[in-house]
Amino acid sequence: MNFSISLTVNGARRDIELDDPRVTLLDLLRERLQLTGTKKGCDRGQCGACTVLVNGQRINSCLALAISHDGADVMTIEGVARGDQLHPVQAAFIAHDGMQCGFCTPGQIMSAIGLIEEGQAGDDPERVREGMSGNLCRCGAYAGITDAVLEATKNLAQSDQRRSA
Amino acid sequence: MTPEIINLSRDPAHVRHGSNIGQPLTRRDGILKVKGEARYAADNHPPGLLYAVLAVSSIARGRVTFLDVPAAKRHPGVVEVMTPANRPPLAEDPDAKTNPFMFRLDLLQNDKVRYANQSIAVVIAETLEAATEGAALLAPQYDVLPPRIGLDSNESFVPPVVGIGNPSEIRRGDVEADLAAASKRIEATYDTPAQYHNAMEPHAIVAAWDGDRLSVDTPSQGLAMAQGRIAGLFGISPANIHIRSPFLGGGFGSKGFISGPQLLGILAARLVGRPVKLVLRREQMYGPVGHRAPTRQTMRIGVDGDGVLTAIDHHAKTVSSTFDDFFEPAADASHTLYASPAIATSHEAVRVDTGTPLFMRAPGEATGSIVLESAIDEMAFACGMDPLAFRLKNYADVEPISGKPFSSKALRQCYAQGAERFGWAKRPLAPRAMRDEAGLLVGWGMGTATFPALMFQAEARAVVRSDGSGVMETGAHDMGQGAWTAFAQIAADGLGLDLEQVEFKSGTSDLPDAGIAGGSAHTATAGSAIHNAGAAVIAKLADLAMGDKRSPLFGAGNAGVIARGGRLHRRDDETRSESYADILGRAGLSAIEARGNSAADPAAQSNYAMHAHGAVFAEVKVDPDLGQIRVTRMVGAFAAGRVINPRMVQSQLFGGMIWGVSFALHEQAVMDCRSGRILNANLGEYHIPVNADVPSLDVLTVDEHDPHVNALGIKGVGEIGITGSAGAVANAVWHATGVRVRRFPIGIDDLVMGLTA
Amino acid sequence: MKTFDYIRPATVSDAIAAAAEPGAVYLAAGTNLLDLMKGGVTRPDRLVDVTRLSGLDRIERLPDGGVRIGAMVRNADLAHDMDFARAYPAVAEALLSGASAQLRNAATVGGNLLQRTRCGYFYDTASACNKREPGAGCAARDGENKLHAVLGWSEACIATHPSDFCVPLTALDAVVEIEGRSGRREVALEAFHRLPGDTPERESVLAPGDLIVALRLPSEARGFSAHARYLKVRERTSYAFAVVSAAACVRIEHGTIREARLALGGVAAKPWRARAAEEVLAGVRPDPAIYRKAARAALADAKPSGDNAFKIELAERIIVRALMLAAAGTPQRIPALPASPFSSVPGVLHDA
Repeated sequence: MNFSISLTVNGARRDIELDDPRVTLLDLLRERLQLTGTKKGCDRGQCGACTVLVNGQRINSCLALAISHDGADVMTIEGVARGDQLHPVQAAFIAHDGMQCGFCTPGQIMSAIGLIEEGQAGDDPERVREGMSGNLCRCGAYAGITDAVLEATKNLAQSDQRRSA
Repeated sequence: MTPEIINLSRDPAHVRHGSNIGQPLTRRDGILKVKGEARYAADNHPPGLLYAVLAVSSIARGRVTFLDVPAAKRHPGVVEVMTPANRPPLAEDPDAKTNPFMFRLDLLQNDKVRYANQSIAVVIAETLEAATEGAALLAPQYDVLPPRIGLDSNESFVPPVVGIGNPSEIRRGDVEADLAAASKRIEATYDTPAQYHNAMEPHAIVAAWDGDRLSVDTPSQGLAMAQGRIAGLFGISPANIHIRSPFLGGGFGSKGFISGPQLLGILAARLVGRPVKLVLRREQMYGPVGHRAPTRQTMRIGVDGDGVLTAIDHHAKTVSSTFDDFFEPAADASHTLYASPAIATSHEAVRVDTGTPLFMRAPGEATGSIVLESAIDEMAFACGMDPLAFRLKNYADVEPISGKPFSSKALRQCYAQGAERFGWAKRPLAPRAMRDEAGLLVGWGMGTATFPALMFQAEARAVVRSDGSGVMETGAHDMGQGAWTAFAQIAADGLGLDLEQVEFKSGTSDLPDAGIAGGSAHTATAGSAIHNAGAAVIAKLADLAMGDKRSPLFGAGNAGVIARGGRLHRRDDETRSESYADILGRAGLSAIEARGNSAADPAAQSNYAMHAHGAVFAEVKVDPDLGQIRVTRMVGAFAAGRVINPRMVQSQLFGGMIWGVSFALHEQAVMDCRSGRILNANLGEYHIPVNADVPSLDVLTVDEHDPHVNALGIKGVGEIGITGSAGAVANAVWHATGVRVRRFPIGIDDLVMGLTA
Repeated sequence: MKTFDYIRPATVSDAIAAAAEPGAVYLAAGTNLLDLMKGGVTRPDRLVDVTRLSGLDRIERLPDGGVRIGAMVRNADLAHDMDFARAYPAVAEALLSGASAQLRNAATVGGNLLQRTRCGYFYDTASACNKREPGAGCAARDGENKLHAVLGWSEACIATHPSDFCVPLTALDAVVEIEGRSGRREVALEAFHRLPGDTPERESVLAPGDLIVALRLPSEARGFSAHARYLKVRERTSYAFAVVSAAACVRIEHGTIREARLALGGVAAKPWRARAAEEVLAGVRPDPAIYRKAARAALADAKPSGDNAFKIELAERIIVRALMLAAAGTPQRIPALPASPFSSVPGVLHDA
């Protein structure tokens, strides 16, 4: 049985013939669309490495069936930068060394973008830590991650202000 | 497979704050990592790829009697099932062990099961979904034997060696006599659990054969060793094996030796004649890829009337598997830290039906440190002394176990600077004496950190090209510590070039052997080789110039030259210089190359004790009724020789300190002793700290010039952060609550009942 | 994962017909179902995707003052709905203390009610579990059971219900709206989950094909909004299941507790309404001694199911603390660490 679904992935429409209903959004991205920036750390919603934005909200793509997301707008780590111009969250992760091995980093960055968009944490470090707690980092880069998210939040707010001014 | 091109320098976003060694450059691979472009093993997808999924045993001891291979093969998409019946032959017995670094492997050599989650078959399919379900359909049946699980489940024995060839027992002085004569003694027993490395990246491999040539993408902390192991098992030349490991998604010791599942990926590819990808499922990482063995440690400590240590007896009981040897050298932690005329360390072990334990970040040091630091804390309190004062009173000016002088030891400065930054002087001696404004119990604890400064062997190749640029090559391993950055910095200084002028090649097995990324020695070892290769190629350039009458450097002779900014300068007259390009151009050479090696200096090794040191201070808050614990503040001060890149070093030390938090409060494998199965073989209930567990970390590095450890004076920082930290947190919990928990991790259940008192 | 038929019905009645077949299950976000399927714990033949059914994703204020929450409303959307969070702060706090932001963005209200236990033996398909395989036995009973039930358990099963959300809902008399083959019915949440008895595999009152379409909170539940908290003890600061949790809601008039609502999480196979404790609290002045009395009443029937006697003590203490926090007043904003002991209001006395 084949299923036709269509997704918008990083702004581009993708029509996909799914030959198997079991394919998760994560495995679709990694193994069938060759978007391997999104990582599989646990495959059970327990580590956050597979975080992507679906319709603007961060979710664990390992616990999402691709077929159930027909029509969704998906943003992955590959869609964050504009060419060589990094997203402020990406730049802040480099500046604050919010990574070591880098394996959880795409998920951390997608989660951070989602968190900032949700607007619940603002400039409160404790809310940032709580809001980023769905993304495990075994190397222990949490201090840099928190600082990076706080800085990116500030930078994005300033650029929003500039735009609206 | 298309080779991965690691292009680190195309983007200018990494920040230079000066030049090279000692500068806090941002991570050169940062751009790739934040864009999702750093390619890890499982991200490779060669044409014709098939997916392999392991079937693993659900029993811990016995024999597989039946696998429903037909059912698996009937599943649409399944191509082949590899079992002991059809596994391609190997040139070497996976159970052979000809050196201590050769661990026995489970490669479907028979139907025996010796631990839960052991590989018993591999299902290969056109899709991951089909291979996964195929593995489930095998529905194995077993002859089951009762497993032996836990420290009391089997006959105990004294292991011949612990760790890497350390004696199982070491005695200095007469511990029994000194304990008997001590004015105060404490004796306490502590338990540490089995822990699993759980790198975020599960072990993965993409393997492709072309005749007798093998191409492999797989994470490795030891490329040359992996290449050698594969060559031996498959009976092919190492030169025919190309391994790419540009990025490891964490290793922590579990990727030091190529593991059984990775090799099964290679076997599967051979069986089906197509490229195969095999990635461990998270639960499958609890068995075949190593773990930190559980221990039960007994400390006996004696002091005289002035609080001076007179005896330390540290005994550790641990486990190894039934079929191989790795003995966690936990008691050895007591060799180096505190002066005592009598020190005895000893080990015993039992064999259990688990996978073989392995090196896990600070093997022995972490496990032993939390116990030693807890016991020292207990004794300090028994003596009515501040824990820092007690440690200073028993400061070791020479290595206690050997009597050797230290090559360098800035621990006093670590204590002083760390205590100052933390505000330790305000600590009340009594436990349960501090509260925050919300009424939470507050406790302050400390621990001393230490880790040996090791050196292995490595080689690097340096090239200077006629355009004035340089190349440095060594098959190093970046598992997050910053190898791509720190080694490039060393290379640039070694070649006398700006970083942008150096092409640093690394992470593949066709490059010179960079040794292993382990023992916190990678930067020291491969860095020294890089430094020496740079020096060697510069020496060749200098010979060319100094021997050429047309060169402004002609006849520099004994005065010599120095290399800087792509030019050689006369040391005694720096205005006389010549560019590398000009020297090579005139000689008609397109490039000049040289190799450099590194190894430990035997004379220095025998004359000095070499260790990094540190002091960690921790604040915890504990709910007085509910027993929940949170680390609110940690300060670590470390002296670890020369720092190549302070930014990377800080990250490494932060990471180690968080591992210390995890050891003290979070991680443990929960094992059912009846089945030998781990009940939390996941990341949901095998807890490692989350972001909210780590509010505030502060790291200080104390300058230390060490002329003995290696030419660069590097001691390494990969593991020291966990030592000291685990004990500091545990001691802080005691200080907050007055409850001394001697079983780690300290849990709510431990405190809820204790807090009643 | 076993392959399955995937059906995306257009209407609720189509969904019910499709899901009434043996081997069929509903798929909402799948945050728990897919986890279970990947572990081989459940192997359904058919997934009936209810995420696109119209009308199930609304939060509606009812004319009588209550609120009706569609079963497909996402946990995060509910918790961040300003009106809802103001009216039912303990529910919002519980939601935000559960799982991670990613999971809360996906997980649905209906799905949360149907979360399966986190008992390691239930998840470990090689272990005996009566819930997974009726009659197989309970490996937890004599196994690793530190985190297992202390109330309402049976020899057949000592697992606990893992939901945070359900705890304050139970305290506040939430009602589950169910549609099934025989039409629509309503069940109080307190009666929705079943205790294990001899049939631990039957976890709720749902019959084959039954679909949770909504959840209702009655208008009276708003009366507690000024004094309502959820408190959760866990082994790490975030992203962990409760060891024990409590929802405490009180209505204080003229310095007297007019009415109290109390429920516990992590102690039983269902969210545990502590009615005996509520009776102790009704009509008394807020006071730690009374809270302790109420706590003892709540745990009067508790007994360890294994190595977990500490949970009884802990449950009593968390009740006392949750009542103190509730009496002190609902915070203006949900704390940075929702439901955490480390988000206590400064000045609230510990060591009660």
